[in-house]
Amino acid sequence: MAAIQPSPSSNDLQPPYTRTTPLSWVLQNLFNNWYNTVFTLFFGVILSYAAYRGLRFFFVTARWEIVETNLTNLMVGQFPRNELERVWAALFLLGGSGGFIAGQAKQLSTQDPTSPPPSPGREQILDFVRRAWPFTILVLFLLRLSRSTTIMLLILALVALTGAGRLIGARIPGASPKRITIFALATACATLLLLLFNGPPSQEWGGLLLTVFLSTVSILASFPLGILLALGRRSSLPAIRFVCVGYIEVIRGVPLITLLLLSTILKLFLPPNSFDPNDITRAAVVLALFTAAYVAEIMRGGFQAIPQGQIEAAQALGLVPIQTIRLIGLPQAIRKVVPALVGQFISLLKDTSLVSIIGLSDILKVSRSFTSQDDFVGKGLTAETLAAACLVYWALCFTMSKESKRLEERLGVGER
Amino acid sequence: MTSSSGTHPPPWRNVRVLRAGGQTFFLLTVGTLIWFFLSNLSQNLSDQNLPTGWDYLEQPTNFRISGAEDFRPTQPVWKALLIGLKNTALVSFAGIVLASVLGLFLGMGRLSNNWLIRKAVGFYTETIRNIPLLVLIIFLYFAIVLRLPNIKEPFILFDTVVVSQRGIWLPWTEGDAIFWGAVLLAATAAGITALWRTKRSEQTGIPHHRVLYGAGAFVFLTIAGYFLMGSPVSLTLPEHSGRHVDGGIKVLSEYLALLLGLTLYTASHIGEIIRGSIQAVPKGQSEAANTLALSAFHRMRFVVLPQAARIMLPLLTNQYLNLVKNSSLAVAIGYMEITQITRLVMNQGNPGVPNIALLMLFYLVFSLCISALTNVLNQRLQYVGH
Repeated sequence: MAAIQPSPSSNDLQPPYTRTTPLSWVLQNLFNNWYNTVFTLFFGVILSYAAYRGLRFFFVTARWEIVETNLTNLMVGQFPRNELERVWAALFLLGGSGGFIAGQAKQLSTQDPTSPPPSPGREQILDFVRRAWPFTILVLFLLRLSRSTTIMLLILALVALTGAGRLIGARIPGASPKRITIFALATACATLLLLLFNGPPSQEWGGLLLTVFLSTVSILASFPLGILLALGRRSSLPAIRFVCVGYIEVIRGVPLITLLLLSTILKLFLPPNSFDPNDITRAAVVLALFTAAYVAEIMRGGFQAIPQGQIEAAQALGLVPIQTIRLIGLPQAIRKVVPALVGQFISLLKDTSLVSIIGLSDILKVSRSFTSQDDFVGKGLTAETLAAACLVYWALCFTMSKESKRLEERLGVGER
Repeated sequence: MTSSSGTHPPPWRNVRVLRAGGQTFFLLTVGTLIWFFLSNLSQNLSDQNLPTGWDYLEQPTNFRISGAEDFRPTQPVWKALLIGLKNTALVSFAGIVLASVLGLFLGMGRLSNNWLIRKAVGFYTETIRNIPLLVLIIFLYFAIVLRLPNIKEPFILFDTVVVSQRGIWLPWTEGDAIFWGAVLLAATAAGITALWRTKRSEQTGIPHHRVLYGAGAFVFLTIAGYFLMGSPVSLTLPEHSGRHVDGGIKVLSEYLALLLGLTLYTASHIGEIIRGSIQAVPKGQSEAANTLALSAFHRMRFVVLPQAARIMLPLLTNQYLNLVKNSSLAVAIGYMEITQITRLVMNQGNPGVPNIALLMLFYLVFSLCISALTNVLNQRLQYVGH
């Protein structure tokens, strides 16, 4: 049991120092009364068995050849193999500027006097591991399957570039939220240009590339629309309020799949013989319109949380309504809802799996198609392919949700 | 400011004129947009000679519905849609009940002082919440349910449950349906008894024991009714022979996978909601209950849970609505609920727009009704005063 040590001889009394031995910890946390003992034993057996089966599947019995052969398909679908440099270039661009942005953001937060002092190097590495372990597992899993030295070197170079970007970002002075936003937008545009300009036709896109592309484009497009809808819902003009409330409630009241089904007959609503949007555009439009309703509700929460005094002060200073929203309302609202927006992005990333139902080859559809290949048909390898898809989704979503929790603590949402 | 109009500003600076003008302009824009899409629609439909209107509801369906053996493909579309509605209701209701129970356990487990249970529930929650529900359902169906033993040599549990690839057979009752009406009556009587005990306790101050009285009344009335009606129902056990199973009730494998997926996914969210709302009750409340020497159970039952319920209610209904909407993911595994049937009807060459409009209308009416109900409940649950 816990042993209490004598307090030090100094005059100010320290709290009693309780030493936890492994045994006392086990007694306190697992066997502290009779029903906890029963629970521990009962669930201990079940969980050990489940863990044994799970780990055995992952490391021993699973035949990962099917994923190994199709690794490129899983990542990019039917993207032409002679154009893969585009994807790598885009990754390097994202890695470098992502690191740069992280460095600049770090600078911003150290300017903030309330932030904790910088921690030593070893702790930073530990912190990184704590934050990014799910994603690291995914990368290691994929590297293990690819067995290619070139890819490993490329990934190492990518990691090095990201680190370098972060160092440079932390050194270049004068970081500001505005500069970071402009830089991020420029990176996004450059990446899109790199992938789309004179590139392969959209029906050859697939796999993880398509999933990430659809969710990113949709959240970016839904953001402005969502802000407008939120403002409309709070407007004092009844007609505008009515239309916005109607849109938000209708979209939130129906499942996404019905909207995707509607998108398959979208062509009927466009002028005859005009342009015919391809599958990916249609899906992106529907996902953006769908997400906009949810973003609008999140933004409404953010606007509602702004103290009325802020708006009154802005009016007293003689700002017109647009200036009040742009300079006073939006910055404070966005700061409040960033974690919720990340949550919405995670749920959008998961929802993109629904586009496989209307025939797009996202990561789910691609992984399910492996089992019908000549080499693997009828061998019962569904669990392996779906487990690989699950792992990709899980690593991405889990990393983001951890980051969003951290951001929430950093921004002190609900505390100010 | 040398305006000659005195108290009236000119119209271009008059707020009332500006507001009216702005709204008119906005409505006109939205109306034009809608008119644009609808006129394109009618133009396209007439150009391409596509079927329009609601006549298709009376046409024969032309496909079979698994799980509804007495449905014939010659029966009209609206009957198929009704079966779809019934199947949506079946899976949603069972899902809501199971997810609530599992979610309650998960929420309590995450607050447990047992390290193992806390960590296991945390691991479960973080895993399930970060995988798309669609992938989960497909995984459960193709990698687990379809890998169960073949119907020729099923897995039989205690001679009462037959488990196979084609579905699961459970013991069920057969016999007079009137008996279930009598059970309903008994339940009503039990409810009235409980209400009576509550009222009496409030008037006289004697302990109410309403659960005991209510349950007693229910059990007594049910047993009395069973013997009075001369054993109207009996239990049937599934019996396996060759490729057939007779008796019992069949649970389709698609239903099973969908129900499992919806339950596991929604329960992980409900667990988090329950944990969050219990933690959101101010700590002072628990401490005050301790000071008053309430037992752990009474502290939970009379102090913490009633306050947590206020926070929980809107979040829980939101999850239930999500579950009903998510049941539409059945299209990926072919369970015949309303979305899947609509899709099959559309594939038969029936007009798409009215089909999808009907489908969206169904979900919308359902969501709005539940939201309205929640709002009423919410108002009654909130603190009175202030």
